[in-house]
Amino acid sequence: MKSTFTIFALLTFALLSYGLYQGLVAAPTEATMKDVQRIFYYHVPSAWTAFLCFFANFVASIWYLAGRNPKADAIALSTAEVGVVFCTIVLVTGPIWAKPIWGIWWTWDARLTSTLVLWLIYVSYLLLRRYSTAGQNPVLASVLAIFGAVDVVFVYMAIRWFRTQHPQPVVGGGQGSGLDPRMMNALLINWAGFLALALLVIWLRYRLERLRQQVEEAHAMKAIAGAARGTR
Amino acid sequence: MKWVYAAYIAAWAIHIVYLLILTRGYQRVRDDIDDLNRS
Repeated sequence: MKSTFTIFALLTFALLSYGLYQGLVAAPTEATMKDVQRIFYYHVPSAWTAFLCFFANFVASIWYLAGRNPKADAIALSTAEVGVVFCTIVLVTGPIWAKPIWGIWWTWDARLTSTLVLWLIYVSYLLLRRYSTAGQNPVLASVLAIFGAVDVVFVYMAIRWFRTQHPQPVVGGGQGSGLDPRMMNALLINWAGFLALALLVIWLRYRLERLRQQVEEAHAMKAIAGAARGTR
Repeated sequence: MKWVYAAYIAAWAIHIVYLLILTRGYQRVRDDIDDLNRS
């Protein structure tokens, strides 16, 4: 198991390094935005990875609600946390890209606002899980996660449904959209790298959560054993 | 290129901060396991 993890970690590092080279050097310079457009190779794959993490969180939350399986709960928490990390990157790299191109850091258009709302929903999910002491905590969080997943669809579709300051889709946007093959190559390599990184970190976070659950269970068993000894 | 570097550095800084938080989480669980084994 350990060697598989090491090999996967090395593969991830190689993919990310190659992606960095593609994004900074190999991909052609865009005609209107010039080099600033290279932020695209980190911004877009991070967004796609965040969407996938939140989708996995949605599936794990339903699984948990259906069977109260602690493994499903651990997967839900891990994917939400890693999704928030990637969504934070989207919200930080977006304004850094917007400032030199639009002249402003932020605007309240449908895509940007719904992305911020998405981030807030999952941050509140994590805060609920972190600070709530109620026994039904994972159940409440799972219900919140289902609402969060609805916003993922809204964020994705916002640039198709509304006229936004945010550019229209260049991938899967129908007629008139599209990318230079070398740009597409850089985009997909970076996405593969970020997906591999997300899987790696989700696995680490899942293992940590399972360990924490087991420690909690051991504490509870110990308390029950202590109480039983006291009543004898 | 300064905007590109700023974005890339910010992205990696966020990843590194999260990995440090995870490492601290493992350390805490390991301490808890040690406490359990001791008591």
